[in-house]
Parts: sequence; structure tokens; C-alpha cells
Amino acid sequence: MSPKCVDINTMKEKAALFRKEIIQVVHSAGSGHPGGSLSAVEIFVTLYECIMNYRSGDPKWEGRDRLIISKGHATPVAYVTLANYGFFPKEELKGFRKFGSPLQGHVHTKVPGIEFNTGSLGHGLSVANGIALGAKLLNKKFKVFCLLGDGEIQEGSIWEAAMTASQHKLDNVCAIVDYNKIQENGPTDEIKTLEPLLSKWNDFGWHVVEVNGHNFHELISAFDKFQSIKGKPSVIIAHTIKGKGVSFMEGNCKWHGKAPQGDDFKNAMAELESKIEE
Amino acid sequence: MSESAPTRDGFGRELVALGKENQKIVVVSGDLEDATRAEYFKKEFPKRFFNLGIAEQDVLGTAAGLSLQGFIPFATSFAVFMTNRAYDQIRLDVCYNKCNVKIVCSHAGVTVGEDGASAQCLEDLAIMRVLPNIKVICPVDSIEAAKATRAVTQFHGPVYMRTSRAAFPVITKDTDPFEIGKAVVMRKGSDVTLIGCGLMVFESLQAAEILKKEGISARVINMHTIKPIDEETINKAAVETGAIVTAEEHQIYGGLGSAVAEVLVQNIPVPVEMVAVKDTFGETGSPRQLLEKYQLQSVDIVSAAKRALQRKPK
Repeated sequence: MSPKCVDINTMKEKAALFRKEIIQVVHSAGSGHPGGSLSAVEIFVTLYECIMNYRSGDPKWEGRDRLIISKGHATPVAYVTLANYGFFPKEELKGFRKFGSPLQGHVHTKVPGIEFNTGSLGHGLSVANGIALGAKLLNKKFKVFCLLGDGEIQEGSIWEAAMTASQHKLDNVCAIVDYNKIQENGPTDEIKTLEPLLSKWNDFGWHVVEVNGHNFHELISAFDKFQSIKGKPSVIIAHTIKGKGVSFMEGNCKWHGKAPQGDDFKNAMAELESKIEE
Repeated sequence: MSESAPTRDGFGRELVALGKENQKIVVVSGDLEDATRAEYFKKEFPKRFFNLGIAEQDVLGTAAGLSLQGFIPFATSFAVFMTNRAYDQIRLDVCYNKCNVKIVCSHAGVTVGEDGASAQCLEDLAIMRVLPNIKVICPVDSIEAAKATRAVTQFHGPVYMRTSRAAFPVITKDTDPFEIGKAVVMRKGSDVTLIGCGLMVFESLQAAEILKKEGISARVINMHTIKPIDEETINKAAVETGAIVTAEEHQIYGGLGSAVAEVLVQNIPVPVEMVAVKDTFGETGSPRQLLEKYQLQSVDIVSAAKRALQRKPK
């Protein structure tokens, strides 16, 4: 049930703002995962701006769509998104990765809007399936989205879950692969290639859509298509750029899990500022 | 003692009764429902039963997801597969998220028999009890297994319970009370206490009879709940009898013996002797052959009791 989308310009502005805030929170924390957060910004904005059904003032509203953030290290983009969409006050972002703050290093249900604690890769799709199976048993109509990393789908447990979703015809499940092609220690192709990725998911019985993960039109269209697919789960393979938005982070595995400090931080912020002014 | 039954049977039957009473009970299985006895539930409630195939991590993660929708999922397979292969899911999805998932696994211990080492789970109590937020149960017979199956549905939170493939002598009655975390004194005694779980409680009762003939009065305790362990009953036994023997179908490191010793060492240090598998894997054999080889019988508990008595301060 995607509400009337949408003002693409607003979404682009939000994306630009979120990127800046991501760099800010990771820098303040002194640790965190900027690369894989920056690659997922458009995905998050699309979901929260015009795809998912939710009430930010009532994060446990029964009728809501669920998002399982299986790539649990994407806390910077997740928390920045939730704060900006009204789930909690923005000044709490200062507490990211700080002792005593609910904003744990990997997504945690202490944070309003987070459905499940993750952080060990490969778990989220099974959990999403379980929620979806439960929904079908109870005849509930909400959708379950599951954000996966590309390195993450090297975990065999993801494919166990892929088989289950297909076997049980979970057409209320939509996975999104943040296909930024880089994992912690290098390009996925050099470590354990996922290719041919589209045909893998297709052969596992999923409806597959391939998009430019930084293009709002394509993302919206892909999510809309999911809503009409019956009898099989859907996956959106979103081609993205790790570190997108900061030139020296783009495509660079070094920024998978490193906080920018000093000049790196200044330069990143300057670049992102200039994009906001555009 | 006239009858014997595997504890997995008690679980399987009670699950059906629970399924009739409570629509929220669902079962997720890793293709071993015939052996775990979850198939009894499958026959009655096929729409609430999910065999996800040979995929234990998927079974646990999916069970966690179902629990978020208000269901009470029982996740079942063999102990050795569920606890080992899906340990990360048990740790993170179930325990860290405090999901209301009840993990009940059969084929614990050496009494699994002929299948051999790969199927004989000897480490589950150790690796499960060390996780926060989980309760760990080892029922003594099929009657207690049924009660435990019911009891675990009466609170919110993760549970791990091990059941047996082999028939255990039935030593409790339907009318005996059962409460998670409350050990049962099966036999009074004053010279030494034998604390067992599962089949080892029966072996301990046999041992107590043998010891009695030699003028030694042995208390026997059924410690069905490994976590939370009944510290009060353990400490009381230490104070009143001064020597403890633990017995379990499990490795000597980390299981019931360790759990009991942790309590004593921090409260009432007394001599403790542990009857358990001595840091080795199992093998093919009949249950009784294996119990004999791995020294998990009443005679071994008797020897341990005598060693413990020897070590009492004069």
C-alpha cells in the first residue's frame, strides 16, 4: 500500500541531508560503518517516504509494515532515517554508539522503529519469513521488508531462508539487496562472487527486479511492482555504490567500518554540504 | 518401576494437548519430526506445523519471527544439530531478542545409541546454560517431560529442553508437582547427596539402594532445571549431607556438575564428585553398552559417592 508518491526533489534533499548526518554521527562516535550506510540512503528514504505503512508516533502500531534490517551495522542510515521521520528526537543521534544511549552500534529494538536486534549477518531473512508466515496465519495484510547486504548473502543461512520464502509462497516478503559490490576486505567479486545474482534469486523462486539503487524512480517502481506479485516473494537487487556521496569513500572497502576523523571528516562534510546547496 | 518411555514421547503428546488448548502454539521443525515426536502435532494441526527442511539456522530464525507475531513456537530437531549449527541464532535471535521460542530437542546423551558420536549430543547443557535469558531443562521421565512442555508455555522467554531417544524408566507420577527451577528430593538421605538429571536420576536411585546396603544413606535429587538452578536445595544438601555427587549424560565440562559446583564453591564448599562423559565423544553401541563404557551407571555413581565420602573432612 504505497501512499501517493511523491516529490522526488524532496527525497533527493532528504538523501543529501541524511548523508551529511551519517558522516556526522559516525565521526562523533569515533566508530561505525559509513560505507554501507551511505550506499543505502535512497533505499531508506524511498521506504519511509512513500512505500512503508507506519505511524512514527506509534511505532508498534499493529497494522504497520515491518522492515528487518538484516545488515545490522547500517545503524547510521537507519537511525538517521528514523529520527528524521519522527520516530525519536533528532538530538538523540548525538548518543550514537555512546555508553548508556539506546542507539546501540548494531540495530536494537531499544530504538523506536527498529523491529529486531541484528548484527550477526545472515539471520534477518529467516526472521522476516517467520513474521510473514505469522501474518498469513493471522490473515494480516502488512508487508515485511528485509534489507540485506551483498557480502551478507555469502552466508548460507540466507539461502535457506530464500528457499523457505519461495516454498511457502511468501508474497508478503520483499528483500532488498544493497548491492554495493564491496565487503570489509575487498570487492565481493574477489572474495566470494555473488554473480550471477539475478538468476540465483530467480532460480530460488523469487520475483527479481534490478534497479539503480540511487535512483528514486526505479526504486519506487520496483517496490510498486512487489505489491502486485502473488504467490512468490520479491527481491530488489539495488546496484549501489559503497560510500556514495563522499568521493574518497566511494568503492573503497577501507570505509566499511571506519569513522572519518580530521581532514577526512572535514573533506567529507564539505563535499556533502556542497551537495545540499546544489 | 514398571514402565519405561522415551522423554521425547511425553513431549510429543503434551504438545498436541497444548495445541488443542492454545491456537498460538506452532511448531517449526528441521525435518526430524518423526524422531522428535513433533509429528504428533503435525498430524493434528498441519496448518500450524512448518517443516523447513534440513536447515537449523532457518528453523530458529523463522521461529523467532513467528514469535514476534504472538505465536509460541516450538523449534525442534536433534539436540546436536539445533544447538550447534544454529547456536548464533539461539544466541542472537532468540536469547538477545528475548523471543518466546521453546527449543526442544531429542537425541541428547549417549543413549542415542547406534547412530554414534555425530548424533549424540553431550555438550548442549553447557552451551545453552551459558546464554543469558534462557531456561534449560532436562526432564527425568516422559511424565515430567510432558509437564515441562506445558510449563514452558506459561511464561514469556527462551527455553531449551533436551529429550531422549531411549526409553527411561518412569519414576514420577502424574500427581507429582512440577515447577521450573525447583529441584525434587526423590529420596531422603544424610551421608551424601546424589544430584542427577534425566536418566541419571534413576541411576542415582539405584545407586542409593546399593549404598544403603553398605550402611550409607544417600539423598537423591532430581535437578530437572539446570538453569535457573535450585541453589537453595543444593546448599541445603551440602549443609546437611556434606558431600555431593553429580550425574549427567553429558560432558564433564560445563554441564550439571559444573553448575552445581559453581553454587557450592560460592556458598558451601564440600567435596563434589562428577559422573559424566570424560571429555570424549561417544560412539556406536546400544544405550546400555554406552552407559557402561562411559561410566554413567549406578555402579559409577556408587564409586563416586564413596570417593566423595572419603574426601569429607574428618
